[in-house]
Amino acid sequence: MASETLTTSSYIQHHLTNLTYGKLPDGTWGIAQTDDQIAQMGFWAIHVDTMFVSILMGVLFLLAFRAMAKKANSDVPSGWQNFLETVVEFIDTSVRGSFTAKNDLVAPLALTVFVWIFLMNFIKLLPVDFLPGLLSLAGLPYAKVVPTTDPNATFGMALGVFILMLYYSIKNKGLGGFGAELAFQPFPKFLFPVNLLLEVVGLIAKPISLALRLFGNMYAGEVIFILIAVMYGTGMVLGTFAGFLQLGWAIFHLLVITLQAFIFMTLTIVYMDMAHQEHH
Amino acid sequence: MNINATLIGQAISFFVFVWFCMKFVWPPIIAALEERKKKIADGLAAAERGKHEQELAQQRAAEVIAEAKKEAAGIIAQAQKRANEIVDDSKSTARVEGERILAAANAEIEQEVNRAREQLRGQVISIAVAGAGKVLKREIDAKAHDDLLQDLVAQI
Repeated sequence: MASETLTTSSYIQHHLTNLTYGKLPDGTWGIAQTDDQIAQMGFWAIHVDTMFVSILMGVLFLLAFRAMAKKANSDVPSGWQNFLETVVEFIDTSVRGSFTAKNDLVAPLALTVFVWIFLMNFIKLLPVDFLPGLLSLAGLPYAKVVPTTDPNATFGMALGVFILMLYYSIKNKGLGGFGAELAFQPFPKFLFPVNLLLEVVGLIAKPISLALRLFGNMYAGEVIFILIAVMYGTGMVLGTFAGFLQLGWAIFHLLVITLQAFIFMTLTIVYMDMAHQEHH
Repeated sequence: MNINATLIGQAISFFVFVWFCMKFVWPPIIAALEERKKKIADGLAAAERGKHEQELAQQRAAEVIAEAKKEAAGIIAQAQKRANEIVDDSKSTARVEGERILAAANAEIEQEVNRAREQLRGQVISIAVAGAGKVLKREIDAKAHDDLLQDLVAQI
């Protein structure tokens, strides 16, 4: 941001604000230009940047894997096919390791979760001003391009996982069985209010922790990237130093983004496994 | 950091992606992987079988070679025996032949000797008769003393 009116805190704030589409104060629908407008939009607003980038990444993932799936055969694989097959094989091994029941949904679910989150996280390794700078040239007031730094994205996925958990729990154990699992353990039956409280909190904590873990890690990492980017404006020496810092932090983040995607995937598999397990 | 309808949009896209992945992406890939796994396993099994067969063939070849060696040794021994026999045969034949030749030669020699002796004897008789004739010319008739002279000749 070259504008001299911009202070450091507003630069950071600006980078952490989504491009929001919703109902403007004057009653029309459009893209919010200021923070106040965003605040007034309430729940019925859409983060256009988050949605666009996440769907773009999802489509990218599906196109790449679909192209590979069409060509898939048992001959010697080469190039991209080899790489994507390695990913699939890795997911398959993870699912076989943690998921004991039989459900054809879980492996594709794990693959989608892993690759999609990885791709969304990957945007983060682009310099923080790169895409938002381009988009501001196009006249967009805000742009937060890493979808996983938006809690809506992570909670949206966690919500999806949660719905699948509930669905398979009820499908496999029946409404009564699932209810009994919530109400009659870990303590004896006569303490069922305590059990219910504990278990429901535990149940709800699963998707929330899933979403918050990913969001927290990505958001914190993004803030650090932005802080490093701030240093570029403070002179030659600090700017060079910031260059090295950014390089180091990005290399470290190569690990973090993969790890976070992996953790999200593994926990998804584990939760799905729990939904299929009969507890006493 | 406000929660809004993006949440719902994300959840919907999540389900759509998972559904697409489950329908069109995962099954063909995993089928291909399984097929390749099977192919590799088959290949390894075939290699193992081939190796085993080769071992068997080697064993069989060794057996054949051993048998051939044994046979060859037998043949050589037989040939040697046969050769010895032939040599012995020829030796004995030669000996018999030699003895025969020797005997023939001896017989011939004896014959010659006898003939010579007969000749000699005849000559001696003639000489003796001539000598005696000369001595006895005057006194004895050759015919009257022929018996006596024959006796003498036989004693020589």
